[in-house]
Amino acid sequence: MNMATQVLDTPDLPISARFAKNIKRNIKERVIEFILMLAAMSAVATTLAIVAILLYESASFFEHVSIVDFLTDTQWTPLFEDAHYGIMPLVAGTLTTSFIALLVAVPIGTIGAIYLSEFASHKTREIVKPILELLVGVPTVVFGYFALLFVTPMLQTFLPNLPAFNMLGPGIVIGIMVVPYIASLAEDAMRAVPMSMREGSYAMGATRFQTALRVVTPAAVSGIVAAYILAISRAVGETMVVAIAAGQQPTLTFNPMEGAATITAYIVQVAMGDLPHGSIGYQSIFAAGLVLMLMTLAFNLIGHATRKKFRESY
Amino acid sequence: MTDQVKPQASVLANLDEVRAMIKRHKLNDSIFAIIGLVALMIGLLTLLTLFVDLVMDGYPRFNLDFMSEFPSRRAGSAGLLSAWVGSLLVLSVTFISAVPMGVGAGIYLEEYAPKNWFSDLIEINVTNLAGVPSIIYGLLALGLFVYILGLGQSIVTAGLTLGLLILPVVIVSTREAIRSIPVAIREAAYAVGATKWQVVSQHVVHYSFGGILTGVIIGMSRAIGETAPIITIGALTFIAFLPPSPVSAEPPYLNFDWLFSGFTVLPIQMFSWLSRPNPEFHINAAATGAIIIVVTLLMNGTAIWLRYNMRKKIKW
Amino acid sequence: MVTVTTPIKAESRNLNFFYNGGNHALKGITMPLYDKKITALIGPSGCGKSTYLRCFNRMHDLYPGNRYEGQIVMHPDNTNVLADGVDAIEVRMRISMVFQKPNPFPKSIYENVAYGLRVRGETNKRVLDDKVEEALKGAALWNEVKDRQQDLAFNLSGGQQQRLCIARALATDPEIMLFDEPTSALDPIATANIEELMSELRNKLTILVVTHNMQQAARISDYTAYMYLGDLIEYGDTDKIFTNPSRKETEDYITGKFG
Repeated sequence: MNMATQVLDTPDLPISARFAKNIKRNIKERVIEFILMLAAMSAVATTLAIVAILLYESASFFEHVSIVDFLTDTQWTPLFEDAHYGIMPLVAGTLTTSFIALLVAVPIGTIGAIYLSEFASHKTREIVKPILELLVGVPTVVFGYFALLFVTPMLQTFLPNLPAFNMLGPGIVIGIMVVPYIASLAEDAMRAVPMSMREGSYAMGATRFQTALRVVTPAAVSGIVAAYILAISRAVGETMVVAIAAGQQPTLTFNPMEGAATITAYIVQVAMGDLPHGSIGYQSIFAAGLVLMLMTLAFNLIGHATRKKFRESY
Repeated sequence: MTDQVKPQASVLANLDEVRAMIKRHKLNDSIFAIIGLVALMIGLLTLLTLFVDLVMDGYPRFNLDFMSEFPSRRAGSAGLLSAWVGSLLVLSVTFISAVPMGVGAGIYLEEYAPKNWFSDLIEINVTNLAGVPSIIYGLLALGLFVYILGLGQSIVTAGLTLGLLILPVVIVSTREAIRSIPVAIREAAYAVGATKWQVVSQHVVHYSFGGILTGVIIGMSRAIGETAPIITIGALTFIAFLPPSPVSAEPPYLNFDWLFSGFTVLPIQMFSWLSRPNPEFHINAAATGAIIIVVTLLMNGTAIWLRYNMRKKIKW
Repeated sequence: MVTVTTPIKAESRNLNFFYNGGNHALKGITMPLYDKKITALIGPSGCGKSTYLRCFNRMHDLYPGNRYEGQIVMHPDNTNVLADGVDAIEVRMRISMVFQKPNPFPKSIYENVAYGLRVRGETNKRVLDDKVEEALKGAALWNEVKDRQQDLAFNLSGGQQQRLCIARALATDPEIMLFDEPTSALDPIATANIEELMSELRNKLTILVVTHNMQQAARISDYTAYMYLGDLIEYGDTDKIFTNPSRKETEDYITGKFG
């Protein structure tokens, strides 16, 4: 009360000065907003930089190598005297390990998600969900160790012909690596199915399994598929496990019992060596990276679109 | 009194059959429950196996010398000194670069950005960046930081690379944390005459601090374990020295030469030992792996625990 | 009394219900459901009418910690559906339910109606076709959807979806059908359709309906029960409840002085 009277009686600032303070305040607000916008632009800038660098170096690469050779040649030997630049062996290695990974991860992840969402008690879910999140955070280099020195030797006990570097072991390990990812995302999708739909099924005399299989899973299908696709994208981009345990020989083969380099393993192999900046070998890892980027981008876009479509349906 | 109704054709007529069928269906339930449990256990037990395997293999190296020695040609006397110091320095660059940028971006997107094509564009960008394989960030860093900006294969290059890598994690968790704060809180602050920035800095960011912290911890723990992008910038070398110290006894007390020093980090050291044919070095790799796992699990565990507790405590 | 000549299909005997956490939601409800009649449950929100309805097909079993006391006995076989030895699934095969909001499955119209039969292991296409047609006709939906039975159920209007859910519940020849505020999410025209349909269904089976709308109870039901805070305040002929209730509380509610 006192203060209010005081202000009215003797304004401590002339009107113009108060107005000036407003302007100052406005400018400060504008500057802050601008700085924050710059921070947000960093995401766009990163994307642009990635695309620019990949395209720029690949462009130099394709000055030496025709795109037709790149896509059709069956050998990838950029570092040899008799250089061949066919990306197919690397793509084959990538697809093979990813495919094995999916063979492992899709059934285990999906069944785990159904169990967690429809069968497990509230308490089990409260315990298991955080553990799944923990598993997602385990560094991949550690899984590489696991593939090379645990899984492959174990497989060799009943597959005596399996070489030390092969695609089967790393594929399985990548699969196990993405299980928590699929389980967690698919479980989210299933939990999002409204309870009324489950009640409708139970009211018809269905069991848990029937409800899970015939109602909940179909209702959550786009969310589950999105989880698969995002998992594929992770498997395709996975580097350390294959670089450590799948071998570094680019071979055009889909045989999981053989060793073969993936796109990512090739990049690691070249980066570990001492390639002069600007050489064709140096440029080749960017061309390989571009292919990898396009593959994962396609999967990610499809995955997010499916996920979004799924969210909209409820 | 209660007149009987005549039995209906449906269930009652063949009650025994129906009961047998229900029994069969319920057996399916139990079978699936077991399969489901096994499937989940495969995931969970694998981690346990992995960890036990690492600890058992690496056991001979769990001593102080392992932490205080440089890498060496002899596996038995090789240590992690340069690796953990390197990790610490690289991560501090990552923290300093990613946190202000990510939190700032998150605040802008939630509080300032007009909802139009521009904010959509940024949003799509962030989602896609989160799905870009880490090795692609390595290629970006190789082309941009190492050669175009001339930062070399240094700590600052590695730190910035990991900073960009975890940027989406920080942005997304900042946005989620901010979004969970109800409009009423903002209105209350505006109603007493606060400016937008006052509302944002004193209220919104303040109350969402826990959520932001969670995201930062998860991001940093990811950065600790990342290997591929750092190999790609060409950092896999034999480092048997420490970067120059950031602090010194004489003025100007701080120096930044360490930023441009060569370095190695824990996962790189592990990878380098792992790729040696000599199994003696695999012991070192296992011990390093166990250390990395413990650190990342501790960090992730803290983050998950934080988030869980916040969910329980705060009911807007 | 008229009721003497009408057989009883089911009755609750001193039924108590406790939600997880101990909330005593139903307090000693004893009430008959007459065969091939419509019994309406009315009362203000939270009075326990939906809770009571959902005891009949043991929907409360789906959530841990809920507890029943007392009996719900079905005739003619005198089965206490709440007994430990009686499987909830068996009960639900005899008593079907229509929910407050239409909740069709994300399947075709045909598969929605066939769901109960498939759950019961029926695979014969002819049997399924016949039963689906019969149920859709029974739910007065056949003419509207007969040419697009493979369309997704979500493409139907709200009222059609609710009739589809009725068809789904009808397809398995239930003895009792439970309706939990079946028209609360529908517009007046769709509501009128559903009410007409329920009146027709009375010829085939016994109906228990929860309604928020007293006029609806007066229009369609033969018997009405007024519940308040978990107690059954009054039960009787609908005509009597609405014209000459014997309890003051009922009268206050009916006349709008309360609730």
